Amino acid sequence: MDDFIAARSQMALSLGFHIVFSCIGMVMPFFMAVSHYKWLKTNDELYRNLTKAWSKGVAIFFATGAVSGTMLSFELGLLWPKFMEHAGPIFGMPFSLEGTAFFIEAIALGFFLYGWDKLNKWFHWFTGMVVGVSGLASGILVVAANAWMNSPSGFDYVNGAYLNVDPIQAMFNKAWFSQALHMCLAAFTATGFAVAGVHALMILRDQNKAFHLKAFKIAAVFACVGAILQPLSGDISAKDVAKRQPAKLAAMEALYKTEKPAPLLIGGIVNEKEQTVKGAIKIPGALSFLAHGNFKAEVKGLDKIPEKDRPPVAITHYTFQIMVGIGTFLALISLVYFVNLLRKKSLLDKPWLLKLFVLAIPLGYIALEAGWVVTEVGRQPWIIYGVMRTKDAITPMPGIAYSFYIFTAIYLSLSCIVTFLLYRQIKMVPVLYSKTESNNH
Amino acid sequence: MEYVVIAFLCLGILLYFLLGGADFGAGIIELFTSTKNRSRTRKTMYQAIGPVWEANHMWLIIAIVILFVGFPHIYTTMSVYLHIPLLIMLIGIIARGTAFVFRHYDAIKDDMQWLYNRIFRYSSFITPLFLGIIAGSVISGHIDTEATDFASAYIFSWLNWFSIAVGLFTVALCGFLAAVYLIGETDDEHDKRRFIKKAEYMNIAAVIFGAMVFIAAQLDNIPLMDWLFRNTVGLTAIILASISLVLLWYLLLKGKTKVLRILAGFQVTMILLAISYAHFPNFIRLKNGSAISLFETIGPEKTIYSLGLALLLGSVLILPFLGYLFYKFQKKEE
Repeated sequence: MDDFIAARSQMALSLGFHIVFSCIGMVMPFFMAVSHYKWLKTNDELYRNLTKAWSKGVAIFFATGAVSGTMLSFELGLLWPKFMEHAGPIFGMPFSLEGTAFFIEAIALGFFLYGWDKLNKWFHWFTGMVVGVSGLASGILVVAANAWMNSPSGFDYVNGAYLNVDPIQAMFNKAWFSQALHMCLAAFTATGFAVAGVHALMILRDQNKAFHLKAFKIAAVFACVGAILQPLSGDISAKDVAKRQPAKLAAMEALYKTEKPAPLLIGGIVNEKEQTVKGAIKIPGALSFLAHGNFKAEVKGLDKIPEKDRPPVAITHYTFQIMVGIGTFLALISLVYFVNLLRKKSLLDKPWLLKLFVLAIPLGYIALEAGWVVTEVGRQPWIIYGVMRTKDAITPMPGIAYSFYIFTAIYLSLSCIVTFLLYRQIKMVPVLYSKTESNNH
Repeated sequence: MEYVVIAFLCLGILLYFLLGGADFGAGIIELFTSTKNRSRTRKTMYQAIGPVWEANHMWLIIAIVILFVGFPHIYTTMSVYLHIPLLIMLIGIIARGTAFVFRHYDAIKDDMQWLYNRIFRYSSFITPLFLGIIAGSVISGHIDTEATDFASAYIFSWLNWFSIAVGLFTVALCGFLAAVYLIGETDDEHDKRRFIKKAEYMNIAAVIFGAMVFIAAQLDNIPLMDWLFRNTVGLTAIILASISLVLLWYLLLKGKTKVLRILAGFQVTMILLAISYAHFPNFIRLKNGSAISLFETIGPEKTIYSLGLALLLGSVLILPFLGYLFYKFQKKEE
């Protein structure tokens, strides 16, 4: 395997792994806080048990997210030293703040996990909230750093030198808001659907119904609100990308030729050599509208982008379709769920709706990963958009393929073990939390 | 502001060494505990480091972020030439952190525990070993930025007697810190005696490996003696470390845990100070005799200013919260 491909694959693998764990670690604390609040207010033991059960999941995910995040902070330098040498001082601001947020999160988690019966109950609840809020802040800050790679600002690039560095301006680059909003909603939606789906499955299996129903309701509200808001945030992102990164937008929509008005393609098989798309459904003018808010506007195609600056089209297009397709599906489920809620119908009478939620367990994460591929692959061949190419950033050390193989093995086995542990946690729910459970710490 | 940033960098490295080190050390102690006592050691250890271990490892993140934001050239030089030991250390960190959590949160305690325990113990040994190797390599002058072949650029930069001796010395110190810490975390007299014994062994190991560091420095032509004895700060630090060694043994035999902890931390701090003071502000020594200095490679002014501000702000939030965490979960009776 070529060092360049190996390095990119290793980076993609590490981020793809980390993103799932960090999203769970960032969102679950809010579910816990709701359930914890209900326990404190109602004294219903089911809520306490639920909070404890979830907190075990969070402990597992947080630790895995933390170590894979530590790995990433080194990996940036191990794989892309030339990028970090220049970018570090410019886009480092969000990272240094993120360090603080992450630290606070770890401390708060220590309080939360070990604080049962040891702390003032409201202080204990508060530490749980701190875990969530600082986790969310970490997520936003890291995304702001990534956004800088898409929308570099806060420096002047003069003859290969990076001058007049302003880290604050770099942090508040043009892409940070749309990207951070989209990512946060995605985290809530994906995690919400995964958690709700697992509990829906247990309800369908007729196990500890009262427990799982309470859990389902909390997770489902977060998931559905996220899924309904997400298309709006997607629209903000699309317009932003159209303005800043026309090459990415063109690749997302496999728009080889500049068109006015430009149609929206749904599906289709991309042939990168012939630069054609076969079998796609075309909606006339829709892309013009999505990109520029006007059905007749011109949308830049790849023909306007020099060949050496074009991103891979097929991957970007397919992953974009997957993301949008799943996003739409989840938004529809959410609408149905809310209609059902408004009509005060019992969920238990609607096994088909629960089944839809079960189906959605992996979907949110698939969409999230796909969206991340869109933004990263769509930025290629640049590591700093328009400034530094990815291939110029790579480490001089040969043999990266081996480290890629090692990490593939590590991440695969970690994923298996984590899944196995969750399976066991869920399997043990009836034993651990039957009626008056005592100490299971 | 650059002094603030450098102070935080030193603080981050020091605290990672003390707290993270004690944390790794707990795994090392477990590794060197006889099978019949292991589950007791594990229990004490879990109570002691469970609430704080995640926070202890954040110091590494703080240090690494300061490096790549404020001193990118140092960060990338290390990343390139010490790629392999860094990678092994990272694998160790991943394996250890996950195994620690997995073994506690596996809802069914069965044969899988065997696997988690194994991974935890060995990675607790390997990670500080390679941390030490990396630290040793940074000052050993084996990093050769002009190397043309793979081995001298990426292997011999860290695979040398000095680095390995520093690695082993680090392991022994971690074990020592952990043993001292654990003494105060148990009520059981039998366990207390066991941890005191462990602290003694680890201390002896540290002295032996420390001597090895000196011998290896001679073999590798590293002027360690000059660094330590040719300036007053280094000399004072070494004298203080030696005095605390004698005191430590006295306190160990008396079983005074609180003072012991502080003294052990103090001793390790003095050792770090003695070794690093003579180079300051140089950070990496290179094979061609030159060095990469903190001041010469510091990032742009605005970056350092905002980094320093972020660190100050962060510490206002973090330190009281962290202090309360330690306070709340320490053993009560004393």
